[in-house]
Amino acid sequence: MDLVLGWSLYLNSLLIMGGIYALLALGLNVQWGFTGLFNAGIAGFAAVGAYTYAILTTFASDAHLGGWELPIWLGMVAAMVASGLVSLLIGAICIRLRADYLAIATIGIAEIIKLILKNEGKITNGPQGIQAIPRGWEHVAQAEVHGRAPWSWLLGPDGWQGLFDSLPNWWFQPIFMATVLAAVALVYVLLERARLSPWGRVMTAIRENEAAARAAGKNVTRLRLEAFVVGGVIIGLAGAFFAQQIRFLEPTNAFDPTKLTFLVWVMLIAGGSGNNRGAILGGMLVWALWSASEIVIRAGSEAVGGLFPDISVAELATKASFLRMFLIGLMLQVILQRFPSGILPEQRPARAKT
Amino acid sequence: MIDTPITIWASFGEFFVNRYLISGLVLGCIYALGAIGITLTFGILRFANFAHGEVMMLAAYLTFSVMVLFGMTGTQMDLPRLAVAALPLVAAIPAVLLTTGVMLGVDRYFYKPLRTRPTIVVVMASFGMMLMIRALVPIIWGPNQQSFVPGISRAQDYFGGAIKLHDKQVLILIGTVLIVAGFSYFLRYTRTGKAMRAVSDSPELARVTGIDVERVITATWIIGAFCAVAAGVFLAMNTQQLEVTMGFRMLLPMFAAAILGGIGRPVGAIVGGLIIGLAEELIAYPWMEVVGQVFWWLGNAAASPALASWGEAVFEANLGQPLISPGYKAGVAFAIMVFMLIVRPAGLFKGKVF
Repeated sequence: MDLVLGWSLYLNSLLIMGGIYALLALGLNVQWGFTGLFNAGIAGFAAVGAYTYAILTTFASDAHLGGWELPIWLGMVAAMVASGLVSLLIGAICIRLRADYLAIATIGIAEIIKLILKNEGKITNGPQGIQAIPRGWEHVAQAEVHGRAPWSWLLGPDGWQGLFDSLPNWWFQPIFMATVLAAVALVYVLLERARLSPWGRVMTAIRENEAAARAAGKNVTRLRLEAFVVGGVIIGLAGAFFAQQIRFLEPTNAFDPTKLTFLVWVMLIAGGSGNNRGAILGGMLVWALWSASEIVIRAGSEAVGGLFPDISVAELATKASFLRMFLIGLMLQVILQRFPSGILPEQRPARAKT
Repeated sequence: MIDTPITIWASFGEFFVNRYLISGLVLGCIYALGAIGITLTFGILRFANFAHGEVMMLAAYLTFSVMVLFGMTGTQMDLPRLAVAALPLVAAIPAVLLTTGVMLGVDRYFYKPLRTRPTIVVVMASFGMMLMIRALVPIIWGPNQQSFVPGISRAQDYFGGAIKLHDKQVLILIGTVLIVAGFSYFLRYTRTGKAMRAVSDSPELARVTGIDVERVITATWIIGAFCAVAAGVFLAMNTQQLEVTMGFRMLLPMFAAAILGGIGRPVGAIVGGLIIGLAEELIAYPWMEVVGQVFWWLGNAAASPALASWGEAVFEANLGQPLISPGYKAGVAFAIMVFMLIVRPAGLFKGKVF
């Protein structure tokens, strides 16, 4: 029974992180898949969303700015706005130039964001990071939260306390997972509508032939900027969920570009760039592979360490995790060369019937 | 205490030149060499090579291995001081061959198959290559920081003690001048060099006139590899350390240098590299202190005690305070790059804009 519960909770966390990565891949899909804008700083935009959320929703603290205990949903909206604004700023500077420049500038902005998070200790608590970030639903268990409207309308303090005492300690996990997946579904539906709408078709036109789109009278610069900001907003939302899932933010390890930026690129390219379903599939699938390989690495290094006592298990596990990174890079190369359209290739909207 | 103009200059000169100007120049040389490779691939192969910083890092590690293999790491060797400092440069000669081989292999198997596709796909491949090299190096050499050259380097007096230089700095400055001179001669007077400039100006026209473009591409990689080895080894000599992230941290300043100078313009890359290197070091200089001193002196000269005391107040308030915190060093390159992209995307030397 414990085993079943353990695996279910593992699957649950797999779905939460998979859902967050699916959101990141969907955001990148609007930028790259729809419009051909190269964002190489996903980690930075996600960090803006995550830190905005954390500063607004945590309990008061002397260590960093904020601690305003704002409602969770408000924090998430603010995260989306903040990430969208940063996208607008960087997009306005280099959206007119070819994608290479945008790639360089987004790598740059991600590094600058990291520097600011590290150096502005008064706002972000620097490398020590922000702790005890409230997670959706789990936060209701705190007396300060369920003593407040709207929760206090449902039950009194004793009622809430009794309810949480009767629940197992993982009660919020499936609800949080459902929330993340609902967000994925909502973003998916909205993006599908956008893709099939005239707006989405202009984006494809810009990606395929910018000169022709311009000749047809489209304001290419403005439309590209719109796509970049929409993608940034979705990445900001993913960042807010990310903050809730890991509950502790610091600038270096949490927002490691190899794990956020590169992995999301591999997910989108593997799943099928330009296809929203492909982005979700890629996010879930690559995350499952990445996460499952952790178990294989640990078991494998312990087995090898048991056979050869001279070899340090910890060192072996570290090297194996770098090997995994290498393989992810190689996978990207193979997909680019052999399967450029990914698992689910892009589907163009049906031609109008004559 | 405030001094007279002559003693101001004495203390300013000593402190400014030896602490800030020289290290800025040395850093600028390293950026310049790296930026040459970036600007050449951007100009001739028409894509932003994100793996360039990692190639520098790999070259430094390869040089280190050659040094270990031939026992060139020790200070115990019975050689003059400057020759001991130059040992990494001897070890870099076989590393040049290895790195060139790696770069040509990478081009053959990862970039060449994508050459008929949109160039942004090659950018993505270089992005994947960045990840692969960054994963491979810790598998081979281990993930931890390593000491490249042992011991504490001591500055030597030049020009009767007016200027203090470390041996490594002398070698980096002289080495860069020699490499840049040789490279300029190659581009200007040799057949391959002229062909490279022709392809950079217009690939179609070059092909029509019978230039073997594939040969030019090979030459580009060889020169890029040579400059990358020089930059990587100089960097490792300067910091005396090997780190997996050392190449990635160079990437943004090098791209900034290439864009500042103008894409496809080697002279621009050199000037851009020097400007960025100097700017990164000089922002940490207590400039407000100087401003205060100047106003104090002006106030005294104009017999205006108010101005003089204001100048003194500024001086006292900013004593030893860097103009911008050195934590934001990496932001300087980004700021310069963004400024250039807005004001003059072609760069100082009228490079290409894609």
